[in-house]
Amino acid sequence: MEPRECYRRMWIIRLFEQKVDQLFGEGELRGTSHLCVGQEASAVGACAALRPDDYATSTHRGHGHFLAKGGDPRRLMAELFGKETGYSRGRGGSQHMACYAIGFLGSNGITGGGIPIATGAALAVQRRGGDQVVVCFFGDGASNQGVFHESLNMASLWKLPVIYLCENNLYAMSTPVQKAISVPNVADRAAAYNIPGVVVDGNDFFAVCAAVDEAAARARRGEGPTLIECKTYRMVGHSKSDRRVYRTREEEAEWQARDPIPRFRDALLAAGHLTPEEAERIPDEAAREIEESVEFAKRSPVLPIEAALEGVYA
Amino acid sequence: MPEGVAATSPAREMYFTEALREALAEEMRRDPNVFLMGEDMGVYGGCFGVTRGLLEEFGPDRVRDTPISEASIVGLAVGAAILGARPVVEVMFMDFVTLAMDQLVNHAAKFHYMYGEQARVPLVLRCPAGAGRAYGATHSQSLEAWFMHVPGLKVVAPSTAADAKGLLKSAIRDDNPVIFLENKLLYQSREPVPEHNYLIPLGHARCVREGTDVTIVAYSRMAREAEKAAAALAEEGISAEVIDLRTLVPLDIVTVVNSVVKTGRVILAEEGTLTGGVGAELGMRIFESAWDSLDAPIRRVAMPDIPIPFAPELEAAVLPSAVDIVLAARELVDI
Repeated sequence: MEPRECYRRMWIIRLFEQKVDQLFGEGELRGTSHLCVGQEASAVGACAALRPDDYATSTHRGHGHFLAKGGDPRRLMAELFGKETGYSRGRGGSQHMACYAIGFLGSNGITGGGIPIATGAALAVQRRGGDQVVVCFFGDGASNQGVFHESLNMASLWKLPVIYLCENNLYAMSTPVQKAISVPNVADRAAAYNIPGVVVDGNDFFAVCAAVDEAAARARRGEGPTLIECKTYRMVGHSKSDRRVYRTREEEAEWQARDPIPRFRDALLAAGHLTPEEAERIPDEAAREIEESVEFAKRSPVLPIEAALEGVYA
Repeated sequence: MPEGVAATSPAREMYFTEALREALAEEMRRDPNVFLMGEDMGVYGGCFGVTRGLLEEFGPDRVRDTPISEASIVGLAVGAAILGARPVVEVMFMDFVTLAMDQLVNHAAKFHYMYGEQARVPLVLRCPAGAGRAYGATHSQSLEAWFMHVPGLKVVAPSTAADAKGLLKSAIRDDNPVIFLENKLLYQSREPVPEHNYLIPLGHARCVREGTDVTIVAYSRMAREAEKAAAALAEEGISAEVIDLRTLVPLDIVTVVNSVVKTGRVILAEEGTLTGGVGAELGMRIFESAWDSLDAPIRRVAMPDIPIPFAPELEAAVLPSAVDIVLAARELVDI
């Protein structure tokens, strides 16, 4: 993915999430959602290193991964509005969206639930002799689930083409990593499964992209999985009801200063991959695209009521 | 396969385990997407020998031994299935399915509906189930009622070797997750199995024996117990009709209700525990459709609501059997 497009996708994610937050505040959206403001570099950095035919699985905090993989913001927004034009036809909602056509195998409401799914998708790829890879996004909290350990073990034994990409945003809901994880880094757990464990600055697009690029090359060579830990921070609460009593405003300000989007912009400007005019224009265009996605969602129909009873079985 | 083919076409005697193995081998030869995954399935041949010999024909990629990681074994199967593979997973004892419930209930069962019908999850979970071998409380359960309660799953529970083969082949070809019960006491039944290649569609109950006084509805091992009970009852002049459900989801309630309308009396027999069991659902469905045809209360024969005891004498005493069905039938026809 070329740098300007990566920059655009990071803005799409940021503005999509901010719009969702606003729409909840206005009572336009129902249910819940988990926003990834501040984590755009890990989503886009990872997907930038992938081929279009590679796969990704995601989490409850999945809008960014989906948009980074090439999801259409109109159809994501329509899903949040519960509309037929949404990716899951309004049956899934924020935590349950997929687009198999672009290799996005689904956000997932169960913490860690996507980890064996990604591993099994990698098994299917290996069995059919393909050279695609599967990126499995998950959070620090999910690395404490049993399936994380089971799946890494099997993927290592069978040299499956999967990249375990942990976005360590320092808190599992309110629980800080140091109270929940017995080693300093999630990546340290790779040692138990005899696979590479890599720690990167998750707010540095280039660091994430390089790590995933290397892991993908290794996976395509048949050498098996890699565990990548992106140290990052969600600049917003866990979900819409979070008052953030478990962390300080000072800590939030420190991470605000490491916002991945200005960092990426400045690097692109310095390298001449982006003009100052583009740096301004791209977020403006992204904002218009997000506005259009809301319009699209609002004017889309809800599935006919009868369809609530259909589609249980294939 | 239409009903009765097993009895009328050329057949050979086979063990239940052999019939299952033949179904697996035929489907694996037919479709390279089918592969087996589970604990000790390769060299060992599966805990109960069902997959014995398949490693030699199909190799370790398609007869895949796994670590002891039930949750992720099933999770991997779901992930492989959504990309077009057709995994057949053996969970060594049905009791261990508890370890994989999240992947079954929150993932396998929901993906098709929840992702707007993009996903298909064609996986079979073979579950050696049931008591009677003194394996104790964690290696003897019949947990099928749980899975009837989860929309998106299918539940298959054959009672004969011929049905086991034809139903397993249909389960493998189904595009949905299927829980496939194999009662451990049936593994060593040796019975005729048709020689030709056949399928038995899911959702069609089989009338094992016609009768007029009482209907006995059962599945898996209890269908065999129902046959024995019906034979004993016949000697007492009681004419029992036996319906083998074959599959619990989809449920052939029409065949059940038609029989109850005819006999006016019904016994629901299962090996799982009584409360919230398969019989609870069946009884209510019968009552909803045929309450005015009932000449007597609906009777259930099931495991008491207890963990299954180890002591063989105790286990035998609580394990539902033909005797329990006979006693229930005698009471019902006196009403």
